[in-house]
Amino acid sequence: MSANLSATFYLISGILFILALRGLSSPETSRQGNYFGIAGMVIAIVVTFLTVGNFGSGFIYVLVFLVIGGSIGAFIAFKIPMTAMPELVAGFHSLVGLAAVFVAISAFLNPEAFNLGSIGNIKLASLIEMSLGAAIGAITFSGSIIAFLKLRGIMSGAPITFKGQHFINLFIGLTIIFLIYYLCRTQSSNIFWTIVVISFLVGVLLIIPIGGADMPVVISMLNSYSGWAAAGIGFTLENTALIITGALVGSSGAILSYIMCKGMNRSFFNVILGGWGATDQASSAQSKEQKPTKSGNADDAAFLMKNASSVIIVPGYGMAVAQAQHALREMVDALKKNGVKVSYAIHPVAGRMPGHMNVLLAEANVPYDEVFELEEINNDFANCDVAYVIGANDVTNPVAKSDPQSPIYGMPVLDVEKSKSVLFVKRSLSPGYAGIDNDLFYRDNTLMLFADAKKMTEEIVKSL
Amino acid sequence: MEIDPFIFRFSIFILSIFVGYYVVWSVTPSLHTPLMSVTNAISSVIIVGAIIAALASNSDEIFETSSMFGFLAIILAAVNIFGGFLVTQRMLQMYKKKKK
Repeated sequence: MSANLSATFYLISGILFILALRGLSSPETSRQGNYFGIAGMVIAIVVTFLTVGNFGSGFIYVLVFLVIGGSIGAFIAFKIPMTAMPELVAGFHSLVGLAAVFVAISAFLNPEAFNLGSIGNIKLASLIEMSLGAAIGAITFSGSIIAFLKLRGIMSGAPITFKGQHFINLFIGLTIIFLIYYLCRTQSSNIFWTIVVISFLVGVLLIIPIGGADMPVVISMLNSYSGWAAAGIGFTLENTALIITGALVGSSGAILSYIMCKGMNRSFFNVILGGWGATDQASSAQSKEQKPTKSGNADDAAFLMKNASSVIIVPGYGMAVAQAQHALREMVDALKKNGVKVSYAIHPVAGRMPGHMNVLLAEANVPYDEVFELEEINNDFANCDVAYVIGANDVTNPVAKSDPQSPIYGMPVLDVEKSKSVLFVKRSLSPGYAGIDNDLFYRDNTLMLFADAKKMTEEIVKSL
Repeated sequence: MEIDPFIFRFSIFILSIFVGYYVVWSVTPSLHTPLMSVTNAISSVIIVGAIIAALASNSDEIFETSSMFGFLAIILAAVNIFGGFLVTQRMLQMYKKKKK
């Protein structure tokens, strides 16, 4: 296939990828969008085979490896429980990162195959592009592995910080830039390998200081990095599909990080530099005096909700941990039978990745038009009888609106306290991720339900 | 003076960032998780580079170092392509409207 023809087809597959993202503007068009994405991928792969035109024994091996990888991927996709989506996405990001590193390495080892010059005499621009692609890919890989381990609970979600951390990161970052410059001058393969190894290290150092509840930002950021790595390789290969896709994915991840940061009222750098909860442990320890709370049982909760005319449900990460989404849906069904109007309120940073709660609710067959975002529903709390908070904490804390001293001051929160009564399902009075007490626990209209989210919801279903 | 082809590719890159910016802002927040999994799947189009790398060598030496990395990258990217699109599909199937 001629180079011009294949370039045209790569452009088509790039456009199909744009349409795949465009489809996600509403659930109705999203499934069609996904097919556009698949079509784009098939076109890109077939065109590459035809362009290379080498259908010898190597081609058979390529197909074999494609099938092996594909079956592993398909197996994972069908088996993975929806609650494990954040880990899965982190794991997938690490694969894209590593693939980018591998492609960059083979381009460096065999530049003739990619029309980049010859060994020891690679074109300057290509050298910069491939080393950037390899470096970003390596950071994406090791960073995603750490994120994966933290999300999976294999590694503690607590931020790991040490003195001079930011200084070391800055130093290593500058070293990489210097090494790329040096690589361009000497074409030395040792320097290339050093860049790859150091970049793996950067990924680890970058993610270890970031705590569990900041994971939505981290995952989006790694999503963005995997895009930039792909774009870097796209420039090396002079491939339009890869450049377009890399730019799309890069900006998509960046926008998601921005939305997540805004949801926490923190700057991107504040999150990346890490260690939020770590700084105010002292202040939360001193205010340990007992304040009165009201606590109730499932029967009280069932009675309150049955006699309400509207109920708003506020799910959070705790719901995902307890796998309470199906029980929750049963409870809502029972309430609807009693003529109660029920809707769901989702905070942008509820859960461990963007849209985490929406997927879990969708899995439990909750229609998506009953689920609302913060801005859409926040005014409705004032007119609602019962707010049922299940597994959320910091995102409902009224302190964010009233106390300028609080570390979460200014963060947009759900106005849960404005509803006539609040049912707060929680195992204990322990503070949330931000390490601060939730003022909501001590309000007159709050009834604490001390139990596991799933068990409590199931008991409420029984007594309804 | 002739324009370097790099500039053309760079133009495509910058324009795609803008396209991405506007397209992603119009994605509904409830689909942000499928957005991440599908962007992950499409960024695996890097498999194009892996295939070129794998098939670059002469047929008598299929598994030399550079094509070995290509083959490894093919496996990784294939896991992502199939896993990414299928898990996205699985999620999108679950989003249903209220039964009227």
